[in-house]
Amino acid sequence: MRLRVRYVKKGKVRFTSHRDVARIWERALRRVGLAMAYSRGFSPRPKLSFGLALSTGHESEAEFLELELADEEGGPADWSTERGSDLAERLTGALPTGLDVVAVVPTEKGDSLQQAVTSCTWSIEVDGVGMEEMNAWVADLLSREEIVVERERKGKPVVEDLRPHVLALDVTGTTETGVRLLADLGTQPRALRPTELLAALYPPLKAGTVCRMNQWMSQGDEREEPLTAPIVPAPSATVPA
Amino acid sequence: MSSLWSELERVLGEVQKPARYIGCEDGMTVPDHHPDAVAWLLLYPDTYEVGLPNQGLQILYEILNERPDAVAERSYAPWTDMAEVLRREGLPLFSVDTHMPAGEFDILAFNLAAELVYTNVLECLDLAGLPIRAADRGPEHPLVLIGGHCSYNPEPVADFVDAAVLGDGEEVVGEITEVVAAWKAAGSGSRPELLQALSGVSGVYVPSLYRADFDGGLLTGVVPIDDAPPVVEKRTVADLADWPYPKNQLVPLTEVIHDRLNVEVFRGCTRGCRFCQAGMITRPVRERPAEQVRTMIAEGIRRTGYDEVSLTSLSTADFSGIQEVVAATVADDACGQVSVSLPSLRVDAFTVGIAAEVQRARRTGLTFAPEAGSWRMRQVINKLISEEDLYSAVEAAYSQGWRRVKLYFLTGLPTETDEDTLAILEMARKCIEVGRRHQRSPSVTVSVGGFVPKPFTPFQWFGQNTEDELRRKVGLLREELKRQPKAYRGVQLKWHDARASVVEGMMSRGDRRLGRVIEDVWRAGGVFQEWGEHFDIRLWEAAMDAHGMSFEDLVYRHRTAEEALPWDHLSAGLHKDFLWQDWRDALDEVGLEDCRWIPCYDCGACTGFGIEHVVASAVPPAGGSQGTGQDRSTGGEVPVALTSRPVAEQGSEMVVA
Repeated sequence: MRLRVRYVKKGKVRFTSHRDVARIWERALRRVGLAMAYSRGFSPRPKLSFGLALSTGHESEAEFLELELADEEGGPADWSTERGSDLAERLTGALPTGLDVVAVVPTEKGDSLQQAVTSCTWSIEVDGVGMEEMNAWVADLLSREEIVVERERKGKPVVEDLRPHVLALDVTGTTETGVRLLADLGTQPRALRPTELLAALYPPLKAGTVCRMNQWMSQGDEREEPLTAPIVPAPSATVPA
Repeated sequence: MSSLWSELERVLGEVQKPARYIGCEDGMTVPDHHPDAVAWLLLYPDTYEVGLPNQGLQILYEILNERPDAVAERSYAPWTDMAEVLRREGLPLFSVDTHMPAGEFDILAFNLAAELVYTNVLECLDLAGLPIRAADRGPEHPLVLIGGHCSYNPEPVADFVDAAVLGDGEEVVGEITEVVAAWKAAGSGSRPELLQALSGVSGVYVPSLYRADFDGGLLTGVVPIDDAPPVVEKRTVADLADWPYPKNQLVPLTEVIHDRLNVEVFRGCTRGCRFCQAGMITRPVRERPAEQVRTMIAEGIRRTGYDEVSLTSLSTADFSGIQEVVAATVADDACGQVSVSLPSLRVDAFTVGIAAEVQRARRTGLTFAPEAGSWRMRQVINKLISEEDLYSAVEAAYSQGWRRVKLYFLTGLPTETDEDTLAILEMARKCIEVGRRHQRSPSVTVSVGGFVPKPFTPFQWFGQNTEDELRRKVGLLREELKRQPKAYRGVQLKWHDARASVVEGMMSRGDRRLGRVIEDVWRAGGVFQEWGEHFDIRLWEAAMDAHGMSFEDLVYRHRTAEEALPWDHLSAGLHKDFLWQDWRDALDEVGLEDCRWIPCYDCGACTGFGIEHVVASAVPPAGGSQGTGQDRSTGGEVPVALTSRPVAEQGSEMVVA
């Protein structure tokens, strides 16, 4: 029996790392007393699979996690909507402030979330910049045929074209101190990070608050979220690249 | 007070491991700061990962927050990158609970567990916006206190702190709160008045009310200037059962050392190892009732979600209730798959048996501390582990599936010869031999630390080995390994930096003159000196030279029976003549048995305070020699008569309330 969980990560707790969050989840699951399936071997661990890592310091409206339960928790037939929302509530209570579970549903074992997700929508705040200049810079970036960057991978320099990963990019409005971008960034074969996108702009910019709004799986021409949050609306960039 | 969070969150993206600075732990208190509450900031002057698990700090945090007249928050030394950012942005040191500026608290209380963090105390004071020297602080500044084991010789930091608190903190923090609250309410604003009042609290030492006298280069004594008490005695809580803290152990969001539930099963130790300061200054033994330990484990596991509990003490296998507690924890369904870890294992097969019972998974390494390689040397230090104890423990470990054994040793011990030093490797080699009976490639890691004499131990008079001598001894071991690689196959040698041992030794038994040295090193950027990557001996040498001081005088010289020690005006309860006699016994290679199960030696720790050992079992636990060098395999052969709980008599000298 497998459960898929959607949760948000906001506030102070956004400064914890992906690894920290995994450990926090293990403790929370023990606290709510959910019977987990354990890995075999020398040092058994509960079977949890996390989706794409979120950079330390970024917020998210759309984090996903899959849990493998022990047989004693029953099968999908035993899993009502009420039971899911009750578990969501108890998990939120066992997690630190800022990590809130918004939905829990049974799921089939399929592709891992990391493989299944093909793009993410990001809200990126940039301080000290006006709408007009940002629009110009974004237009410049989108007009480029390729965005070649050199980065280090396993200690060796690698040349990469980022352009195919920029699926949509839009200046959506102003904040108190700057502007807000909405970007759809590809995740295959590796996820393009919002900070890399800003660094590729001319001039290179630094991100303020960054929040992952959605993760998307492709279904032919359509796309859908691994699990829709009942309460959270799903905004998206409007300007196609 | 107002929170600095909005300023901090803008810069946290720039620093390594920002989760160190966010607080948010499960068990954290959001305090209600109000004018009538004395605001304590409890500081651990090392990184968050090292400081967060500190049980002493967490105990006081809870006790203070339960009081209506106090609030407590916590802070840790910001790593160098964060300190740089704070200075650049003009931001002060802050609490991790609600991110309040450190300078706005009434009390900054440092937990000092190791000498090498002293420069970090100055760094924290400076980041908090305080003058680093106590004499330069005014009524607008917080009171600066220190506690923890280093308080037993606070003289090196005497210029920087307003007061040092000796011994168990559970009761005295309340008394200090009351003094500070009364002073605030009176509104005189006079700092000298506050310090005077504090010096009246038992266990509190106010250095500015004492003068250190010197004759030439030699300390002649630290004496009260006016009517401060001539000797400040440590505080001791009589019964741990009254203090089931921490009740809500903090569960950090980021990985820290000892990241598990910790339950203190007893405090104090009377094994009498002569090098061990902790064992000497925390006497007598006070066991927590086994039933309370079980409750604290069960509730703690349920609340925290941890899957590991550590039963802490200075020698956990000596806990009377060890088998009962372990069996109950392993059997408790509610605890799920909980593993129990036992730090400070005694060296014998019985102990390994308990370890096997509790550590079903993750059987990778087991650590023992024989401390010295030869029986002669172990008699000198009073760690009376027989070869038989060790090899039966090691045999048990390898046969139970452990693949790696780690052995801790000290070198540079009193009367140590090269033969004694090399006996360390002989021991390791025999352990491998034992291991081969059970494993194909057993491994033994030998970890060698340079011995640093500490105040209030029988070795407080001993001249520490020089840096060169410590290095030579480690060299002996390395050469021997190289000479016969085949014979020592499977043995790995690790050793500590001899230079760090010298600086630690200097602070451990130093006097007030060291204040200038510590300040110089801090001003030259010497922070986080307990971290290999930051430790810089040249800073210390330069500062010593600048002030005309030498390691020879402060560290390497044997001290005489007649000379004044920098901590003679402080007391851990131990009679100085008891320690001197034990020092003479050490030189005569005479061991001293554990007094918990036999009649009293009158070391002073119990008699001086009108308290007694609190031990549930009148006989020692079974197994091995119990560190006595005698056969105690069946246990319970020592005739004793003990009361199981302390007796508080009216009009006795009992200090505790």
